[in-house]
This record gives sequence, C-alpha cells and structure tokens, in this order.
Amino acid sequence: MEPLDQDLDASELELPTEPMLLNVGPAHPAMHGTVRIVMELSGEVIERCDVQVGYLHRGFEKMCERGNWTQVFPYADRLNYVSPMLNNVGFSLACEKLLGVTVPERCQWYRMILGEMARISDHLTCDGAMAMELGAFTPFLWMIKCREMVWEVMEEETGARMTHSFGRIGGMAAPPTDGFKDHVRAVVAHIMQVLGEVERLLLGNRIFLDRLENVGVISAEDAISLGWTGPCLRAAGVPYDVRKAHPYMKYGEVDFDVPVGTNSDSFDRFMVRIAEMRQSARIIEQCLERMPDSGPVNVDDPRIILPPKNEVYNTIEGTIQHFKIVMEGVKLPAGEVYGYTEAGNGEFGFYLVSDGSGTPYRVRIRPPCFLVTAGLERVITGQMMADVVPSFGSLNMIGGECDR
Amino acid sequence: MGELKPTTTSILEPGQQSGFATTKFEALLAWAQKYSLFMNPFVTACCGMEFMAVSSPRYDFSRFGSEAPRFSPRQSDLLWVVGTIVQRQAPILKRIYEQMAEPKWVLAFGTCASSGGFYDNYACVAGIDKIIPCDVYVPGCPPRPEAVLDGLMLLQDKIQRGDRTPGIVKPRIDPVQAPDTALVQLRRSRSSAPPAGIKP
Amino acid sequence: MSQALIELVKQSFPDAVLESHSQLGDDTLVLAPGRWKEVCRFLKDHEQSSMNMLIDLTAVDFPNREPRFEVVAHLYSLDRGHRLRLKTRVGDRDGETVELDTIADLWGSANWLERECYDLFGVTFVGHPDLRRILLYPEFDGHPLRKDYPAERIQPLLQYRDEPNINKVAPFGPDEGMPFGRQTHKFGIEGEDDHLAPRPRVITPADN
Repeated sequence: MEPLDQDLDASELELPTEPMLLNVGPAHPAMHGTVRIVMELSGEVIERCDVQVGYLHRGFEKMCERGNWTQVFPYADRLNYVSPMLNNVGFSLACEKLLGVTVPERCQWYRMILGEMARISDHLTCDGAMAMELGAFTPFLWMIKCREMVWEVMEEETGARMTHSFGRIGGMAAPPTDGFKDHVRAVVAHIMQVLGEVERLLLGNRIFLDRLENVGVISAEDAISLGWTGPCLRAAGVPYDVRKAHPYMKYGEVDFDVPVGTNSDSFDRFMVRIAEMRQSARIIEQCLERMPDSGPVNVDDPRIILPPKNEVYNTIEGTIQHFKIVMEGVKLPAGEVYGYTEAGNGEFGFYLVSDGSGTPYRVRIRPPCFLVTAGLERVITGQMMADVVPSFGSLNMIGGECDR
Repeated sequence: MGELKPTTTSILEPGQQSGFATTKFEALLAWAQKYSLFMNPFVTACCGMEFMAVSSPRYDFSRFGSEAPRFSPRQSDLLWVVGTIVQRQAPILKRIYEQMAEPKWVLAFGTCASSGGFYDNYACVAGIDKIIPCDVYVPGCPPRPEAVLDGLMLLQDKIQRGDRTPGIVKPRIDPVQAPDTALVQLRRSRSSAPPAGIKP
Repeated sequence: MSQALIELVKQSFPDAVLESHSQLGDDTLVLAPGRWKEVCRFLKDHEQSSMNMLIDLTAVDFPNREPRFEVVAHLYSLDRGHRLRLKTRVGDRDGETVELDTIADLWGSANWLERECYDLFGVTFVGHPDLRRILLYPEFDGHPLRKDYPAERIQPLLQYRDEPNINKVAPFGPDEGMPFGRQTHKFGIEGEDDHLAPRPRVITPADN
C-alpha cells in the first residue's frame, strides 16, 4: 500500500467520469408535485437538464368542447388556481370581446377589485412558498394568514374560498354584498402591514439574500425570446404589463406603477412580486373610491344573462329566457378572437374559436407559466443543485396552468 | 400489559367490520398511532392550496398530532393524496405508496382524488382507489378545511377501532344557518375584520 | 389596428398570403404552408414589424376541411406594441402526414409550443430539435385534441387494482355515517340526526 502522505495524481486513479444522473421527480416538495427534472450533475453543478412537465395535464381544452360556454368557467378557475378570479375575468373578457358587449361600469370596477385581490393572493402564495422552501417558515405562515383574509372576502362575495366560478359572460354571478368595500379596505390595510413585517424579517437576513441574489439569472433577450411575460419578465428589466400596454376595463384610468427589476435573478423576481402587491393595493383603493354603490352588474341583454328569479316564475319572457340560456347555453357568434389579460404570471390569453352553436369549438389558453417553465432549463443550467429550489420557486410554476 | 403478539396491529380486510382492540397494548398502540400521524402530502393541484390553508395557523392540523409533513414515504405513515392524479402520475403514486412501511393509511383529499372529479377524460384517473387502497375520502372541490379536519378525525377514530373499511366525510350542517351557536361567535370574534352590516 | 402590417407582408410576399382579415381588433393573415418560415423570419427581423415575441402557437382541427389542421401563431412586438395572427393550413383528411416547418430557431418559445402542438394534434414540425411528447406520456397512442379522438377513451398507464366492482368501491358504495364515537354539536335541526342534510328553504318572490 502506498504511504499515506504521498499525493496521488488524479490520472493514476480510475475515477468514474460520467456525470451523475439525478432524477428530481415529480413527487418532490420543491417541484410542487408536478415537474420532473432529469439532470446531469458534475459534483453539485448542473451540466444539462431536461425539464418534463405534464404531470397535471387534465385535458382542459378537450373538456371545454363538450359543454357550453358558461360551463368553461369552473375549468378556467382551476387553471391558475392561486388566483382563480383573474382566470374567470380573463375568460369573460375574451367571450365578451367575441360577442361585442361591454359590461356596465360597476361590474368593471368590481372585477378589477376582485382580480387584484386574487393577484395579491397569488403573490402571497408564491413568495410565501419560496421563503418556506428556503427555510423561513414564519413568513410563510404570516402570508398564508393574509391569504386567508383575502379568501374570507372571496367567500363573502362568491360563496367559495378558492375556486369560485364567479365570472359570467356579460357580468358576474351576483352583485357585491353590502359590506364589501369596508371589508376589502380592512383586509388590504392589514395585508400591507404584514408585508412590512415580512420585509423586515427577510430582507435583512444575510442567508436569505445570499441564496437569492445572482441565482437563476436570465438575460432579457433570452426571456423575450422564450415568450416570458409577467413578473419574471419584469424582473429581467422589461417593463411589459398588459394593464399598461393594452389597458382593458378601467386600468387606463387608475394610477399605478409597474415594478421592474435590474438583475433578473431570483431575488428580483421575489421583490417584484412584493412591489406588485403594493401596487395592487393602490389600484384597489382607487377602484373602491370610484365604484358606484348601486347600479347593474350584468349587461342588459336577454340572450346572455339569466333573468332574476321572480321574473322567471312570474313572467313568460323570463321563463323563456331562463330556459334558453340554461338548456341551450349562451350562443357566441361564429368567429375567432384572442382575448388577453394580465394574470398573476403574465399575459394570460384565450384564443376562442366559435362555430355559432352553443358549444365551444376550440378554447385555447395561452399559459404564461408554461413558457416560463420552458425557460427553467436555461435558468438552472450551470447553477448548483441547491439553487434549483429558489430559482424554480421564483418562477411560480402553477401546475394547473402549465399543464392544463 | 397484554401479551405481546408478533403482529401487534391487525390490518383487517375491507368489508370486515372491526373488532375493538382486544388487548390494552393494542389500544395503547392505536392511541399512539392516531395522535402521531406523520403525513406524506402528495400534492399536485388546487387542493394543495387548501392543504396549505389547513396547515396554517387558522385551521392547523398539527394540533391533531400531525405536526410535521414528511416528504419521504419512508418516514411517514399517512399518505395524503391532494389533488388530481393523472395517468402519467399514477405509477409514481403507486410507487410512493409501496415505499411506505406498514402500518400505513391513505387519505384522499378532494373530489379528484376520491373519484376523478369532473375530469372525466383521457387524462385523469377516476379516483385513486383504482390504484391504491384508500381509507378516508374527503370530498369537495376543494374541501373546506373543516371537512379535511373531519376527515382526519374520522381516520383517527378508525385507527383507534382498527377499522379498515373506507369511509367518507359527510357534510355538516352549515353553521351560518344557526348564527347563535358558539362556533359562529368564536369564529367571528377571531376573524380579522368583522365587517359592519353583513347579514348572517 | 395594424393594417400597415398586413400591407407590409402582402407587398413583400404577394404569393404567400392567401387571405387576410381584421375582425374584433385582431389582424389575421393566412399563409401558404411552404412560406411559413420565411414570413415569420421576415416579421421578426424587419424593423417595421420587429415581432420579437411569439406569444402562442397552436392548431385547430377542422375534420371536414382539406387541409384539415389550421396552425395558428400569435406574434407580438414589445417595441411597437402591435400584434398579428398568422395561420396556415396543413394536413390531409386522415391526419397521417401533417408537416410544417419549425420556427424554433427564430423564437425560443416555439420549442415547447411546437412540442405541445405535436403532442395534442400530431402536427410534425420539420427541423425541430427535440420533437417528443410534452404533456402526455410517451406510451400514449393518438393525439387527443383531434376531433376524432373521443374524450372518454382512457389509456391507463398503470393496471387498475384487481378489486371486485372497482367502480363501486367507496365513495360510490355504501358509506359510513357520522357521528363517529364522539359528541357532535346539534346545529338547530330538531329531531333529526346530524348527518342528514338540512331541508332546503323555499324561495318566495319576496326574497329577492
């Protein structure tokens, strides 16, 4: 045996040189249960990786072709299930674009308020989960507590905490409740306070910053070429927000800023979401001031909106209207349209093809986080294994939207 | 103390009605098992959000003994299948279930895990009991956290009785319809911003 | 409204544009399949269009038409803020040979979008670096979003359990009632067990 103090030349040893194949399988907490990454590691560094999605492909687009247009709403809810109201509103807007109707003003403000609350809930979940995966459990619990308050508002308004299916073509399923404005104001004020506490807790922590800064960097050109939108693109320095670039509903009339990052790392993606929550609170405040307290919420069109129940039971026109809408469904005219909004993850579009019967011919969702996850390979190649956790968490891959 | 048998937990076949624990040791063991369930949350879809809500301070399943989610099947005894299981995910679920050591229980969280939900199509498995045996079904899309806690308590009861027949959580009467009950008063006093003027 | 874009493409590729229309705020061009990649590259590089983002790429199945599939791409320019929808029609009636040039070397987003189109529709993109299934498992046979694939046709990856009456096990079978061995609160329904649902309220017109 050689003496132990003699240095061995690496070439004399028979060391295995092929890279190690590691399967970070779908059943993994950091992968949120639905993404599989097969990576080739050289030590801790990822040389190549193959991101496999589709572990939550539920056949959304095929299911839509079997019902009528209103029956798409429950499926749409379960796309980006952390901010279901934004999906509902997006689909309603796309259908209304095809129909050529505009909902009344009160409905637009109402949709905006509920949509921004859903966006706050989305960013709370993303940032909370990211912090938890790095070991900071307390901010996660605080953010989930805030999310519970948002869900309480949703429950008062829609009846369900999460997947409410509240949007309708031509309006909403029910008008706002009486205490809506006060409730929302109290909740948003509390959330902003908790956000301040979370920032004080996390942003001074050296370990948290070291794990996120300069980790998972992607250049702006790559991000644009990959079709990224939303907070991930804004963290890369590109100030593209559908609400500012192509305003819809009343977003052109409210004042808000678009937070943009500089380094395009995971820390920027984290901070962009926190800043966006503050901007959403600003939007909500302005909408609450300007939303009228009375007035119709649904479009006054008997072909698309269900009549009130006393008319259904007492007048023949109401009965016929109710019957036609429920049994045959809302009939969108033949044609195609691409309607897009800013959802929690970016430009969330619906490409609808209608043949004039009540059944959708093709409902295509343009999923923002599918394309963001396509960029995951570029983000984590060259990083260490432990950097995958915050990088992936900062992209906010939501399985329902990515795989549909 | 009762006599120590080689197999101290008797796993009964489904359909066989339970016996009560026949020895004090078995009763003690079942008590320990039911109040220390280490869960393995196999989270896929929207029910995962409600799972997060159940784990968070307001509804908190750790007060039922299920403190720590153990993401490794080797270290857990309760498999929570949370969310839709699609055909592609089915072999992985089966493997995770097989990797768990006896005694193990399965809780199907949500309608998609219980029966496939409204995804009656080429992609989804119509309920996880097509693949692995399941002990408690918690229906709902997603189920309210209170229903999930009911499911957990139902499972704990089953463990105490040694019963392996599958059970379903039944809906409770909506407390909002009875606004003078203590539960509603307690919840109102604890909720963050009791809004003025909201009718019960 | 970017009529200017449509005019630009028509002038540069007069024989590639089969149809064009502008409806509901969307501008659409239908191209010949052989010129698909050329026009896309032109739109990406030309300074007047500068379509630097491929927003979406998908297909629509018209089984009664020949060619059967309509591949639809949405392009967007971040600098100029205009959008365009490009369509092309490919594929024979049986869906056997459905081929189109890939645009994955122009935009990175086309990589996964074309894989998805292949997976769900069977459109083969010639020249794609890695054309394999993305949302479904490799053992899946067929392309589910085609109109001739019935939605209920299941291809289980794993053999189902060998249970008698597997479709009738709980929760479809006999179910268990509550209470389960502990005190339950009675919530105001007199004389009935907790596990029964409350009687529905009768809605009168005065309620609205």
